[in-house]
Amino acid sequence: MADFGFRLSKSSTLDLDRIDTKVYDRLCDTDPDARTCMACGSCSATCTAAPFSGMSMRKVILGLQRGQDVRPMLSNCMLCGKCTMVCPRGINTRHLILSICRIYDR
Amino acid sequence: MNKNIVIIGGGVAGMEAAKQLLSLGYTPMIVEKAQSLGGHVASWYKLFPDMTPASAIVDQLRKDISGANVFTGTKVVSISKDRESYAVVLDNGVSISAQAILFATGFSLFDATKKEEYGYGVYDHVVTNGDLEAWFNGKADKRISSSPKAVGFVHCVGSRDLKAGNSQCSKVCCTTAIKQAIEMKEKFPEADIYCFYMDLRLFGKKYEDFYINAQRDFGVHFIRGRVSEVGETIDGRIQVKAEDTLSGKPLKVQLDTLVLMSGMVCNKSVGELAPQVRLDMDDDGFLRSKDNIYDILRSNRPGIFYAGACTGTKTVPETLAEARAAAVEIHNYLRNG
Repeated sequence: MADFGFRLSKSSTLDLDRIDTKVYDRLCDTDPDARTCMACGSCSATCTAAPFSGMSMRKVILGLQRGQDVRPMLSNCMLCGKCTMVCPRGINTRHLILSICRIYDR
Repeated sequence: MNKNIVIIGGGVAGMEAAKQLLSLGYTPMIVEKAQSLGGHVASWYKLFPDMTPASAIVDQLRKDISGANVFTGTKVVSISKDRESYAVVLDNGVSISAQAILFATGFSLFDATKKEEYGYGVYDHVVTNGDLEAWFNGKADKRISSSPKAVGFVHCVGSRDLKAGNSQCSKVCCTTAIKQAIEMKEKFPEADIYCFYMDLRLFGKKYEDFYINAQRDFGVHFIRGRVSEVGETIDGRIQVKAEDTLSGKPLKVQLDTLVLMSGMVCNKSVGELAPQVRLDMDDDGFLRSKDNIYDILRSNRPGIFYAGACTGTKTVPETLAEARAAAVEIHNYLRNG
């Protein structure tokens, strides 16, 4: 393509009518508690991997709800389970991570 | 007892106060501008958090106050101080010398047309929380889709909005939105239901459980971000724009019906009556209590009392509790002179 000296940026808008949430929907079938996340961020605040890798369980759940591929972020998880200990809604976040991996593996 | 008590407003506050005053031996008079008693609650379908039918509350109160003098379809024209009493004149020609007056005038729903960017009265499928309750109660409304794929609720319409003239939180709309979202999901299980919120203020008994149920059992989508503008697509659907503040990205979605959670403002007719007896208005636009902590049921004028949403946003149980307490305040006032 000709170089005009500029290019168009891709829109960052999340269009909820076009996203594909089947990974999230499948997760909710096996782990319905995933739906009760209120995005408080305590999981991410306590995450041992977060300061070095950008891992955030809150962003993983949000990413799935918005139809994004969360595998790059998940690969930073060391499965220590601290996030599960602090979740005020009692979500077994460690189990969620395993379930998400299983859905992607299928 | 030979004392006249005029209750202005025949909603749940006025009726509950009348019921208590009857049991204390008085014969209060209720003046209600609408054709029937019940106020806003009478036009509501179900009440949070137990989904109590609103009609059950109103019907019971109507029975309980059968001994009171009730004027429906009647307005108070004027109130004036007359020595130790107040002269209350009604638009049906009746005038009463009242030893005590209770303002149970409640609230008005914020006029959603003032938030023009949300398209109420402009687009075909935008309604308010009040419209939706009327529809739940069986009133036809062609703005509400009968087979929606997606429905959205906008929180804080005319609340926490300094520019719209109402900087306060209206308190009950978050829970109402969750209630209505659940009711819509029950009617239309295949539809996606979105709630657009700034904060979810779920302060009351069991409200948080209500929220968890909406998430877990009904799959309601909660999106943290205030809707900035609403448009109409070429095929007549509603397009909503907001920021998904949790991911820091702009977001858009198309809906078949958009419900605006209109907040509460002081009943507009209070503006005509309050100056006649020099009742103070508080900074939030509601009637000012003598003290906002220990004297919320008294006005700045002796013999004039307040109950319910005339002094600020209240839930139904809060309103009923205030009405009961106001009856005792009035009783003590009349007994002690």
